[in-house]
Amino acid sequence: MNLKKRFRAITRIPLGFATVLKQMFQKPVTVQYPEEKRPMTSRFRGRHNLKRYDDGLEKCIGCALCAAACPADAIWVEAAENTNEVRFSPGERYAKTYEINMLRCIFCGYCEDACPTNAIVLEPIEFPTGYTRESMIYTKSQLLESPPINVAATPQQTPAGKYDRAILPFPPVDSSV
Amino acid sequence: MPNFLEILLKAVMFLVLALTGFAYMTWIERRVIARMQSRIGPNRVGPQGLLQPVAEGLKLIFKESITPAQADRFVYFLAPMLAVIPAISLFAVIPISNNAFFNLAGGLDTAVLFVLAMLGTAVYGIALAGWSSNNKYASIGGLRAAAQVISYELALSLSLVAVVLMAGSASMNVIIEKQLPGNILGWFIIRQPVAAAIFAITALAELARAPFDLVEAEQELTAGYMTEYGGMKFALFFMSEYVKMVALSALFTVFFLGGWSGPFVGDSWVLGLIYFSVKVLACLLVMVWVRATLPRFRYDKLMALGWKKLLPIALANVVLTALLIVLGVPGYK
Repeated sequence: MNLKKRFRAITRIPLGFATVLKQMFQKPVTVQYPEEKRPMTSRFRGRHNLKRYDDGLEKCIGCALCAAACPADAIWVEAAENTNEVRFSPGERYAKTYEINMLRCIFCGYCEDACPTNAIVLEPIEFPTGYTRESMIYTKSQLLESPPINVAATPQQTPAGKYDRAILPFPPVDSSV
Repeated sequence: MPNFLEILLKAVMFLVLALTGFAYMTWIERRVIARMQSRIGPNRVGPQGLLQPVAEGLKLIFKESITPAQADRFVYFLAPMLAVIPAISLFAVIPISNNAFFNLAGGLDTAVLFVLAMLGTAVYGIALAGWSSNNKYASIGGLRAAAQVISYELALSLSLVAVVLMAGSASMNVIIEKQLPGNILGWFIIRQPVAAAIFAITALAELARAPFDLVEAEQELTAGYMTEYGGMKFALFFMSEYVKMVALSALFTVFFLGGWSGPFVGDSWVLGLIYFSVKVLACLLVMVWVRATLPRFRYDKLMALGWKKLLPIALANVVLTALLIVLGVPGYK
């Protein structure tokens, strides 16, 4: 290195110091997570949400196709029969047990794709966290969304013949009329 | 023995000062360097993270004390103590205010020599730690530390020779008084800029701090000489490093920034203490700033800088200073 180059190099050192000092007076980029949250995109695959119809019935019919599609084997579904007196979902059956092991789940979204009623949706809602393995197994009550305002939750008592089909025709046909 | 109580009080005071200074220096460094890197730094434990050092101290105390199977047990236990004692001893000769009470060793006439002796002794802790751990990273770290500190000690001593020549004494109090003429121009950093620069650079090397932190270069040596240390033994090495950092900042303040001097300092020792603390803190922040800015030296360049550049410049500076003093140039006598 010749003298001129060396001199140039030495004069650049204060510039480096100035850059670092300037950085000190800029806003830190840190996001302090539990208090501050970054916005997620609307299509972010976060926690699973079990959806309801507008009349409060659960979309899930307990078919367990999501469990079959799940590559991580994280979903456990047990179905039970609906009756008109104790009805959870349209059609014959509903999910009595619906559990997702959030430690196994890889958030791939295959369950969404497999679902015939669009009952399970991965949404940009709060991400599953916990201190124990047991607490990371989310049960149906944790996954199910709350019913719309002024609509009764499940189980509902429904008129006979109204919910014979598991997948409702659109718009829903009121067969009692 | 009327003096015994006073000595005890002073010793306890300086020890507490050095230890809290060390603890909070780690906090200051982490917060400041975080801001320099666009981060926030530790802010969870207590307000603004102020209890972080306490939490870490507690954690380290409760760690299991492990000795490697192949280690030289006696030396392995001795090394952390050998590292921390000279570091704390440095404070004995540093006058932190203009009141005689704040001068632990009572204004030692050979204070500069004491400082050099303690800095030299501190290498033993590091070198022995590296050797006794019986670990290749630790050995290399220890050897590097020994080589580095010995190389830079020469230039460091020579820069202090210039200061001693200027003051005509090796006593800290005389050195400060010689810088007193009222204004900032009396400071040795103005009258001895070369010595000040060499002292600053060699002090960084002596502390094995960035950009001279080859002793514990994480990428190649994991943690260097303290690889095999954990718990409080590790904390002692950390303590020696940070206490030395504070001590060398204090020494820079005394030698080049006029120590406790400042406007109206004669009125109260509190003012002297404040001036001194502010100057030391400024030096410490500059060290953090340097660490945040400069990359690590390559080992051969480190040696080349020490032996081929700093040492000749320091020697030339001593000769020049002596000449200026003999010729009676204004500002030098």
